[in-house]
Amino acid sequence: MSLEETLAIELTVNGERVESTVPVRQHLVDFLRTELGLTGSHIGCEHGICGACSVRVDGAVVRGCLMLAVQADGAEVVTIEGLTDSGEIADLQEMFVERNALQCGYCTPGMLITAAELFDIGLPASRENIREFLSGNFCRCTGYHAIVDAVEATLKQRLSR
Amino acid sequence: MKAPRFHYVRPESLDATLGLLAEYGEDARILAGGQSLMPTLNMRLSQPKVLIDINRIEALKGIAVHDGMVRIGALARHVEVMNSPIVAEALPLIAEAMPHVAHVAVRNRGTFGGSIALADPSAEMPACILALGASVVVDGVRGRRTIAADDFFIGLYETAREPDELLVEVLLPPQKPGHVSVFMELSRRHGDFAIAGIACHARVAGGVINDARLAYFGSEAKPVLGTRTMAILNGKAWPTASNEVVNAALDEDLDPIGNTFGSPATKLHLQKVLTRRVLDAAVQRARAP
Repeated sequence: MSLEETLAIELTVNGERVESTVPVRQHLVDFLRTELGLTGSHIGCEHGICGACSVRVDGAVVRGCLMLAVQADGAEVVTIEGLTDSGEIADLQEMFVERNALQCGYCTPGMLITAAELFDIGLPASRENIREFLSGNFCRCTGYHAIVDAVEATLKQRLSR
Repeated sequence: MKAPRFHYVRPESLDATLGLLAEYGEDARILAGGQSLMPTLNMRLSQPKVLIDINRIEALKGIAVHDGMVRIGALARHVEVMNSPIVAEALPLIAEAMPHVAHVAVRNRGTFGGSIALADPSAEMPACILALGASVVVDGVRGRRTIAADDFFIGLYETAREPDELLVEVLLPPQKPGHVSVFMELSRRHGDFAIAGIACHARVAGGVINDARLAYFGSEAKPVLGTRTMAILNGKAWPTASNEVVNAALDEDLDPIGNTFGSPATKLHLQKVLTRRVLDAAVQRARAP
């Protein structure tokens, strides 16, 4: 077996410039968690089913486990830490607490980052649209109802402002 | 689970990619959106020696109309196809099917060409291009070839693309006036792989169906045209053809493979139910477009 192959990358993570040398086979979430200490993005299934690793790359939510760190070279990455610091979804995060939309919290960063894209797109705030949009994110605690409640309530609150 | 070791290359041009494919052939895998390849790497179901990342090749991107055909570049992401005004206008079948392709995060990254090249038997896009009679363009150092969708899908994850060739684009004929498209699938959860599904394109006037193309997916080893069913339907008013006749034709056309989502008998039954729903919808859409 050959030696671990590495490559130098440069990217922006939560607004900060990052330079690193990474194993070419390392996926983006492992890089964010182990190299940068950004443990808000969770690792669940590591094959693109659960959505716990969702991160924003160049403005779009993607599976962090289905993208190599080397592919993020030159990209702008935003994790739940960056999204929280910017205050972009502070209202949604408060609503998650208010509506009991999380229990163990494992799926929550992925849910929030996916819901943030739903807000950006500006789909009509029907429960059906919300369920469809979040259908790629698993939650094993809540039964989803409270999550849909929180997203719907936040959308309505934003529209009434 | 972590991906095994591989050699990673990121060519900047099509020529460089074709050169790498000629050099490594079956030892190489093309990394496009990675939404199917990355899981197989992480689960170590695939251990390529070389991973060729084509994401920076501009020539493979974009959606455009050229010489009366819609050209979808291999690297067009599902989300770009879904939001494309060209697709909405000229390819209503693709537009209707795209929201069924996986989930938002996967559509943001997954590519149209990757879905066609992988030829997953449950995937939506292979069935759509088959129903539309599209062509697949592959390129290699030995030259460029255009392959009819009818000849492209050979078997389970098996296509007419050779190991030293790259799928570069798909050419699709825009829907003509008087034609209708219908896409339907059954899945456990929205966005999951289909248990049974049909992509349909036909000319319908006064309830009479002509030139019907029914591409079945989710139940077979590859997307297949229901050729006997299509022959029975053509030139006749729907729903005059009796259920028994259509069902008998489907018994001949289809040979479902069972999996955890259904036995062969269940899948055959579901395809029969979907066939009636699809044809009902086709006639209805032709009346009230």
